[in-house]
Amino acid sequence: MTAPSRHAFFTDHEHALVGVACERMIPAEHGHPGARALGVADYIDTLLGAFSFDPPRIFAGGPFSGRAGGDAGFDRFVALSNTQELAWRTRIEGSLGRPEREFNGPVRGWQETYRDGIATIGTDFATADADEQDRRLAAVAEFRDLLYRHACEGAYGAPEYGGNRELAGWQAIRFPGDVQPRGYTDEEVSGRA
Amino acid sequence: MSDLDCDAVIVGSGPAGATAAHVLTEAGRSVIVLEKGRNHLLDLDAPFGPKGDVSNDEIKFLSRHFLGPDPLLEPRAFRRTAADGDRLMVGDVNNLPSTVGGGGFHADGKLPRFREVDFRAASELGPIEGAELVDWPFGYDELEPYYGEAERIVGVAGDADANPFASWRADPYPMPPGPDMFAAIVSSEAATKLGYHPYRAPTGVNSVEYDGRPACNNCGFCAYYGCPIEAKGDPVAPLRRALRTGRCDIRPECYVSHVELDGSGRRARGVRYLDREGVEHVVRARFVILGAGAFETPRLLLRSEIGNSSDLVGRFLMFHFQTFVVGTFPFRLHGHRGRAVTHLHDDHMIPDAESLAAAREAGLPYFRAGIVEHGAAAGPIQEAIHLPPGSLHSRLMMESTLRDRLLAFTVQGEDLPQATNRIDLDPAVCDVWGNPAGRVTYSPHRHEVVASEHYAPKLTRILEAAGAVWTTTSTSPPRPGQRADAFGLAPASRHIMGTARMGADPRTSVTDPWQRLHDVDNVMVADSSVFPTSTGYGPTLTIVALAIRAARALVDLDPLRSVRPGRA
Repeated sequence: MTAPSRHAFFTDHEHALVGVACERMIPAEHGHPGARALGVADYIDTLLGAFSFDPPRIFAGGPFSGRAGGDAGFDRFVALSNTQELAWRTRIEGSLGRPEREFNGPVRGWQETYRDGIATIGTDFATADADEQDRRLAAVAEFRDLLYRHACEGAYGAPEYGGNRELAGWQAIRFPGDVQPRGYTDEEVSGRA
Repeated sequence: MSDLDCDAVIVGSGPAGATAAHVLTEAGRSVIVLEKGRNHLLDLDAPFGPKGDVSNDEIKFLSRHFLGPDPLLEPRAFRRTAADGDRLMVGDVNNLPSTVGGGGFHADGKLPRFREVDFRAASELGPIEGAELVDWPFGYDELEPYYGEAERIVGVAGDADANPFASWRADPYPMPPGPDMFAAIVSSEAATKLGYHPYRAPTGVNSVEYDGRPACNNCGFCAYYGCPIEAKGDPVAPLRRALRTGRCDIRPECYVSHVELDGSGRRARGVRYLDREGVEHVVRARFVILGAGAFETPRLLLRSEIGNSSDLVGRFLMFHFQTFVVGTFPFRLHGHRGRAVTHLHDDHMIPDAESLAAAREAGLPYFRAGIVEHGAAAGPIQEAIHLPPGSLHSRLMMESTLRDRLLAFTVQGEDLPQATNRIDLDPAVCDVWGNPAGRVTYSPHRHEVVASEHYAPKLTRILEAAGAVWTTTSTSPPRPGQRADAFGLAPASRHIMGTARMGADPRTSVTDPWQRLHDVDNVMVADSSVFPTSTGYGPTLTIVALAIRAARALVDLDPLRSVRPGRA
């Protein structure tokens, strides 16, 4: 596919602002690269723009990533069923007045939550001081909570989803990530080290 | 059977439905298994190998409803009592996987048996006011050979002598126990010193190659994940056996809308279902077997308006009342290596002088909690979400107090049956197919709460003795008057039981002792809906044992028998 911009969903400005907001939540520290260097905004962009890929980037494939042996299968995303596509389009795009998405009433989509949230925290968010950034995020609690959840996924999830760049999120927290098909020996399971 | 599509149509492909499919096809009968979820488990064409979709992927399994049900498609409603109004929340309530393999798919496979007393709680321990405790219509001795068969089919690794409270067994476990997790060694040593009796959990996870599947390699993505290498036997083992007979037709993404009766109203003709394109089909069969789980089975019965002359369908809903006692440690525990839980203890299931005194003080004749799972934490996304965002986040993640240094006891507390706790049909919310959503109305009995309050401090002392520097306790659902924490107001337990109670008397039960509906005797309920009581053990092995017993009886196979050692 040919992407209209460098991002699947965000504008450059939105992408940058999301990066700053995520960095405030998951900041760089000695030994931890922080959200921006981990590419968390790319993770969120891939999720919000999941349907610009075929198959949509919702469920990574399996059984192995190739990092611990075996063939790399995570980057072969799983095609969605009809009902899964309905659910994920509704969750991401919103119900948009379509009856098949509104059998329990209208659903606000994540794209709208992000667009509104980004607009509300302001174009000068990046230059505001930390306390001011916290105040602005606290004022849009629904957006902030969604952003934090996604930031955690992007920092510490499998890199095939667009974040955790160069596995630096896992390295910072001493988490080995997926280990199939190698696994751990009995000694590694039972021993202290 | 010219007008029949098969001998039995089975609704649901989890432990109950898969077991029934295996038993019936082995006996030469044909089955069609209708599963509303997708198939990620195994190829449905010979040689029925792994599908390859299962992976060590926290995003897919814990953040994105990979195994279903997606709460946007299949919302569920919850309220504590009718005083909460029509509902308190809508969304994710007890979302056991909706996928080929059902609840067995995501479980880490702790498969304890119940004990003899669990089948006779009413007569042996006595009634408790406000609960409708009953004995099961048969005892442990009758179920023992089916437990043995269940352990062989699934493949259970365990040590027959490890648990001093276990009831008798005719045969050893099919496999020796797998490796002990370091965290569980730490907690077990402390528990033993304090006089408790931790033991290696029987798990449906291969410790050696078994039934053509490899030994577990301890990847750590166990509870809430499927197994990429098929070291977990439930439910792939019985499903593959059924498929290999050539008499089992598994149809994923097929949603059963109704069970249909014949003109007499006493016999089922079959079921009506919608396929993945929304096209309606009918399956006609000699028997209808319901294995949709204790949430979906009563929902299907209620919307089909069958089996409910007792007005008990959906009632006596039981979850395990979960108590979580967690501690953080000054050293790393690497809970991401191993089978999630390798040790249990049963001591809090056994009333003693101290618990009886505490019960009397609370106005109860006695109480029992449940098995205690010695567990550790694994997933960093779940850890991160539970930490506050901001300046401390990255430091806390590197230190990993909530993951790599965390030990957790989970008590699966016995939940007493109450008629007011129930699943019914929500008056307004519906699923994507247009049928009313299931609604849970549930409040714990005082018994559960008092038991939790009694045992939680004892578990805290074990963690302190093991070296914990900080501990905390929470429960699911919250104790009355307590705020909901991360687990929310609805019970988080995936153990769900009791909603089509089995018994001899059609006025006080939904199915007979062979799990057939009193009202419609060619409909058999194979899942934990039939449990008369919940006891404090994980339900899966008992589901499988019951399903073997009931499925064999359905097609007139001889009952299994076993001999109690020393009583030959």
